[in-house]
Amino acid sequence: MFSLLALFALTALVLPALTRRLGTKAFLVAAVPPAAAFAATFARTREALGPGVRERFSYLPQLGVALDVRLDALSWTLALVVTGVGALVLLYCVSYFHDDEPGLGRFAAVLTAFAGAMYGLVIADDVFLLFTFWELTSVLSYLLIGHYADRRASRGAALQALLVTTLGGLAMLVGLVLLQDAAGASTLSALVASPPPLTDGRAVTGIALVLAGAVTKSAIWPFHFWLPGAMAAPTPVSAYLHAAAMVKAGVYLVLRLAPAFAAAPGWRETLVSLGVLTMVVGGVRALREHDLKLVLAGGTVAQLGFLMVVCSLGTAASQTAGLALLVAHALFKSTLFLVTGVVDHAVGTRDLRRISGLGRRLPVLAGAAVVAAASMAGVPPLLGFVTKEASLIALGEAPQPWGAIGLVGVVLGSVLTVAYALRFVWGAFATKRGGVQTEVSPERPAFLAPPVLLALASLALGPLASLVVEPAAAAAAHGMPGKATHLVLWHGPTLELLLSAVTLAGGVALFLLRERIVPLQEAIRPRWTAEDGYRRTLRTLDLVATRATATIQTGSLPFYLAVILTVFVGGTSTVLLGTGVLAAPPLFATAAQTVTAVLMAVAAIAATIAGKRFQAVVLVGVTGLGMAVLFGLQGAPDLALTQVLVDLVTLIAFVLVLRRLPARLGVAHGSSHPVVRIVLGVAVAAVMVMVVLTTLAARTATPISEAFERLAVEIGHGDNVVNVTLVDLRGWDTFGEITVLVAAATGVASLVFVGGRSDVLPALRGHRRRGRPGREHPVDPEVASGTWLLAGRTLRPEYRSILLEVAVRLTFHATIVVSVYLLFAGHNAPGGGFAGGLVAGLALTGRYLAAGRYELGLAAPLNAGVLLGLGLVLAAGTAIVPLLLGEPALTSHYLGADLGWFGRISFTTSSIFDVGVYLIVVGVVLDVLRSLGGEVDRAYEEDHREVRQGVPS
Amino acid sequence: MSVSVALLGAMAVLYACGVYLLLEKSVTRIILGILLIGNATNLLLLALAGPPGAPPIAGSGPSSDPLPQALILTAIVITFAVSAFLMALVYRSWRIAQEDRLERDEADVAVGQGDQPETEAAAADEESEFDRPGGTG
Repeated sequence: MFSLLALFALTALVLPALTRRLGTKAFLVAAVPPAAAFAATFARTREALGPGVRERFSYLPQLGVALDVRLDALSWTLALVVTGVGALVLLYCVSYFHDDEPGLGRFAAVLTAFAGAMYGLVIADDVFLLFTFWELTSVLSYLLIGHYADRRASRGAALQALLVTTLGGLAMLVGLVLLQDAAGASTLSALVASPPPLTDGRAVTGIALVLAGAVTKSAIWPFHFWLPGAMAAPTPVSAYLHAAAMVKAGVYLVLRLAPAFAAAPGWRETLVSLGVLTMVVGGVRALREHDLKLVLAGGTVAQLGFLMVVCSLGTAASQTAGLALLVAHALFKSTLFLVTGVVDHAVGTRDLRRISGLGRRLPVLAGAAVVAAASMAGVPPLLGFVTKEASLIALGEAPQPWGAIGLVGVVLGSVLTVAYALRFVWGAFATKRGGVQTEVSPERPAFLAPPVLLALASLALGPLASLVVEPAAAAAAHGMPGKATHLVLWHGPTLELLLSAVTLAGGVALFLLRERIVPLQEAIRPRWTAEDGYRRTLRTLDLVATRATATIQTGSLPFYLAVILTVFVGGTSTVLLGTGVLAAPPLFATAAQTVTAVLMAVAAIAATIAGKRFQAVVLVGVTGLGMAVLFGLQGAPDLALTQVLVDLVTLIAFVLVLRRLPARLGVAHGSSHPVVRIVLGVAVAAVMVMVVLTTLAARTATPISEAFERLAVEIGHGDNVVNVTLVDLRGWDTFGEITVLVAAATGVASLVFVGGRSDVLPALRGHRRRGRPGREHPVDPEVASGTWLLAGRTLRPEYRSILLEVAVRLTFHATIVVSVYLLFAGHNAPGGGFAGGLVAGLALTGRYLAAGRYELGLAAPLNAGVLLGLGLVLAAGTAIVPLLLGEPALTSHYLGADLGWFGRISFTTSSIFDVGVYLIVVGVVLDVLRSLGGEVDRAYEEDHREVRQGVPS
Repeated sequence: MSVSVALLGAMAVLYACGVYLLLEKSVTRIILGILLIGNATNLLLLALAGPPGAPPIAGSGPSSDPLPQALILTAIVITFAVSAFLMALVYRSWRIAQEDRLERDEADVAVGQGDQPETEAAAADEESEFDRPGGTG
């Protein structure tokens, strides 16, 4: 069965391409999967009606999640209906559409996928698999209803159907979770075999929610309105989705659960009363409509109500009758829709007031329509009659009073059914006064074949029902209370037979009096329909959303931040005070820490009131240096080193940006609501102190890091526990982090390089990047004589500092060596890729500061993008290569060799990861320098050149 | 576990000052606020790490907790990258608007004041001609 589902999916995937080549003939291919599924299902009849067929695909064995499907009598019947009708409808599409139909490929694919989803829905045993297919049919039906996407009515109807059915589906999901929780099993078969006690609140609520899903999907009042709207779909879609398949999903679910849950409180009450109401509302509407499709839509709504009434009763008789009724309805209603499609094609309208005399011109079609309509009306010897008789018997034997209420409702509704069946046949085929008698060409046999075949099935299955339909229906009712009804034409002179006769007579009378009852119809026409309710709800929702947005969304970032922080303070403090773990841990303070902390506090407060940018930046930098001191005091040399380096780079980056901004911080609007901000700041600080105290009081377990030292030596082969943690023990975290670094560096470059990003650093004209200047080229006297750094001459003399140039020239290479040393020493001593990379970055910064952006181009061996990419490749490679060797990702290997006289060398593969980190950090610094440094310089020079040229002197 | 009052105090002051600056309209000050909050958060991790100790180098006896240190190390570098990005933002907004302060986001305000979006409800009239099969319409 899984292979069939795969066949559906594959066919749907190739159909768009096929349609381009074959046109509508591609539907012949589309019909293959449902036909194959039909054949495969039919071939397994014996097993399905006996023990049932099960298949299981273990999806997440570790969590016990599996996809279960099964074919029992109920699934078998439904599967035959959805695949059989599906195949015929797809064949019908060959003639219905023209090759130039827009969006044909997508339509074909979606309709085939829908058939697959429907097949999956009826064979799914796992409730969540069922839900997945259920929602899949909703979404695909949205696409199918909205096929004519250029029409507003079409789009609106599609959205309406989607909203109603998915909302119900959502309720159903919650219900399924509750049921699964109460029963401790997630398959439908287990739920029905050993249902949770009906006194369990979870079970009762769960069932109610599942029913919400069923009634929305099956268009039961008050959710019925989406079905007439969905007639905006192409007619084959209406025939398949809205007659045979999708709307039956709700009925199927009720049939599936009825054996276990029909006695649940509210089950029969809700379903019978809503079903009766739906049957009457739909029937009345069908008698009022003039569009043939809308007549049928009203009829479908009514029949779904009928089905719901019968299927909800939960006796053996009702189960047999309900399933048979479902088959009968699928056959005659899809016939009638397909007939309507042919009529529409032939005449060009579906308005029954304008069609006239079609019966004589298309006799075969008219014959099929008459058979189907008669089956719908319950005329013997058709399948509709047999199943209606069985339903009436089942209602009579059902638990009272709901059986009786259902019986009265069904008889009343059936009178209407007879009337609108007549109205349909009369409307489509009769010769009417004042009608337009259009000349029609005879339709191709291939176009007529699907409806005729379906009509023949209605005809043949009537007398043969006891042989063909009954075995499956009776098997589906196995084990339910009462005895199954027989699906035969003649039960003897019973009350049911009398009721059938009365119904037929009443319906004929109602049809004959159709002119007279028009005023009555107008009088009972409801002022307020469910659809109005839907519209009003949507409008209210829009209004509330707009109002809420207008209130909340003021467009001010400080306001948003204040709201976020207020919620944080309120929520967190409530929880923290509620837990009551505020037992203060022992406090201590060392003199060195206290002095540093006081200095940091002073610097931070001064930063908040500083009037000039540089002042504020330097003060914040002071707190950073204080951090480094605290790290050192705490026993964290790596952190102290990194913090100092980062602080320096940040300061430089800030200065690079700030030199183009005015010196004074925005004074005019600098201090709006200072009191509020102070209060919020103090509140956040207090909450964070509470967080620390509570967390410390809660830290009672042994820290996992106690094992880190041993692991670092054994797994990582390194002594510096922090570094080994970064590159090995917690390597994935670091990998995520360096990815963020790459993203941020790219962001910086993209923001600054406005007119297209160039990855190449500017080259100094007249010099090659490498090699000794001045040998191959004519010697520039300035270069040859007094420049320490090559690009120094590109700076204007007043910007140059010989002292700086000399110092940079002398220290650059040494600094690079130090950075490489830090990188490799970091495995065993303080250092590592981060610190090393930052040192190298500082060396580059020195070159840039001393001689400008051309010097940076000379100093950097590779451009930033290459460095970042290379670093990521190395780090990712360290993660992936072990996977190829069948080991967990990031597994590190140790290579040690004793070189005797030269000592011992040791190398761990995680060092490659650290090299990646190093390269990325260098790349980030380089990106910052060339963006915030070089490019800002260039833009500045360009602006000033423009100004100079713009003003004639 | 014991906690250092000095660390706790410094953390509290840094948080308070950071939030104060964060709620400014000047973008430069917002970045400074974020830097202060970043430092404060690193102090929070440090305070949670317990009492000071020797550097966590294997074989040198009992040491300070290495795990928070690894967390802080990555946090320091990420804070740098994020602040560099914010600085680029400041520069960009300055280049475009010569403005270093946050304006009200007009697009945000427009959402709330905009006209009612039209609901795509199905057309109400019952006579609506639904589909015309391709070609005949």
